[in-house]
Amino acid sequence: MLSLFQYRLPELHNMLQSKEISVSELTEQSLAAIADRDSKVHAFLTLNEEGARQSARALDDKLASGAARGLLFGLPAGIKDNIVTKGLRTTCASKFLDNFQPIYDATVVSKLRQADAVTVGKLNMDEFAMGGSNENSAYGAVRNPWNLEHVPGGSSGGSAAAVAAGEVLFALGSDTGGSIRQPASYCGVVGLKPTYGLVSRYGLVAFASSLDQIGPVTRNVEDSAYVLQAIAGYDAQDSTSAKVDIPDYLSALTGDVSGLRIAVPKEYIGEGVDPSVREQVMSALKVLESLGAVWEEVSLPHTEYAVAAYYLLASSEASSNLARFDGVRYGVRVDEGGGLLDLYHNSRSRGFGPEVKRRIMLGTYALSSGYYDAYYLKAQKVRTLIKQDFDEVFKNYDVVIGPTAPTTAFKLGSQTENPLTMYLNDILTIPVNLAGIPAVSIPCGFAGGLPVGLQIIGKEFDESTVLRVAHAFEQHTDFHKERPQL
Amino acid sequence: MSITVKDVQHVAKLARLQLSPEEEAVFTEQMNAILQYAEKLNELDTENVKPTTHVLQVSNVMREDVVKESLSQDEALLNAPEDEDGHFKVPAVLE
Repeated sequence: MLSLFQYRLPELHNMLQSKEISVSELTEQSLAAIADRDSKVHAFLTLNEEGARQSARALDDKLASGAARGLLFGLPAGIKDNIVTKGLRTTCASKFLDNFQPIYDATVVSKLRQADAVTVGKLNMDEFAMGGSNENSAYGAVRNPWNLEHVPGGSSGGSAAAVAAGEVLFALGSDTGGSIRQPASYCGVVGLKPTYGLVSRYGLVAFASSLDQIGPVTRNVEDSAYVLQAIAGYDAQDSTSAKVDIPDYLSALTGDVSGLRIAVPKEYIGEGVDPSVREQVMSALKVLESLGAVWEEVSLPHTEYAVAAYYLLASSEASSNLARFDGVRYGVRVDEGGGLLDLYHNSRSRGFGPEVKRRIMLGTYALSSGYYDAYYLKAQKVRTLIKQDFDEVFKNYDVVIGPTAPTTAFKLGSQTENPLTMYLNDILTIPVNLAGIPAVSIPCGFAGGLPVGLQIIGKEFDESTVLRVAHAFEQHTDFHKERPQL
Repeated sequence: MSITVKDVQHVAKLARLQLSPEEEAVFTEQMNAILQYAEKLNELDTENVKPTTHVLQVSNVMREDVVKESLSQDEALLNAPEDEDGHFKVPAVLE
């Protein structure tokens, strides 16, 4: 049988509309793919088999009745497990929430439903989105579909691996310091982190509220634009949601980049970046150059301070956000008869894994009396400098381009000893979150049989340009058509 | 500036975490390494730099105070590990 997963989302949309295929057929193909290979990849934490089949039947009926169809009509999707889904277990890959049944839908989940998408299940991740390898999942790591001995990246490793393995047509992830883009890079798929505020965070279990943003993981750029269209927009339920007009992202994909001005930060291609990664990025720049774009080397001088500032800010916000896990209202409760304070201590200590505890500790320390100015306030000031670096460059350039990550996917277990080494993998993605701007990672080659990701960074709310450049590159290369053998 | 096991114990108490002696030792070492790395920020003069708490230029988002449907008691208690008479149940707070 020829896989329906070879088509782009807008093509499938049309095939479904014209009844060439049915929603049930497409949903079964997704469920069959998961049954066939998820024991190897381990991208899913919870399957919504019955729910998905029911939605599929209802959508097929809707089509037969001639009622209006949504943008994502009939398309099977996976959702990262830190995005709440009413009645469908949501764990954040933490033992703390092992049995948590959300009582409402996140806004993005409502939007997917309104757009007639089919949710097939919830995707594995690093516990509470803290990590860059998926090894911090309390339910076991996801494997990289390109090489099962390697990590898929994180924290949205399940989202990237499920799309790369052809288990779902698209997935939602969340990105706080690179958690959509880095796994997309490691797994050879397209991962977009929108501008902070473009997509509602209502129902996203908060990690670092000033940095978190939900975005799509897809197999190509057109699909990314398509899904973004369905999930972007102001939401009164999220007080940090932006009131901006949402453009037509698909129509931005003109293929035209002539005269486009690209900035390539020397800090993004210098020391610390693997030569094989650099080589693929330089070839990608040549492709864009051949299409009429021009690129020049620039400097983002505060890049080397981004990781330190980020870990202080993100951990501080996390220590505050995760205070809600108290063993009283939901999740783990360990009551050994010692009173309320003991209940808090025991429940939290039993429910959280090591990386989550480490970040709560770091954040609590950075916010504690006597250290606030030295760490938290200092990091916020450095955040301003990092944002100013981008503001300066965007006065003269349309996009900033570099690698998404300094290396390809590393081996499972190879970086678990030292948390700081692991944190430094995020050096090229973190500055984007600190500045709040959009960026996409797209496949731009292979090194040692593993995918390399190209990062395209844009001005705030200029997803259209980011996607246009990504799409133009994709039109002239075949990397996004490569599929792992599983 | 380096932190000791005692500091780690104090912070754990603030964070409502009960750490084992092994965890205390590991966190002392790892937090020292991370904080030492964070000292890097002091290379920068930020005396006249304003802090960025948030990238969006929004403040005080207000809405009309209107009565709307909210969660039912049953829904709110759905995930409660223990509840009684429509309330979350906690151990005695005052001895």
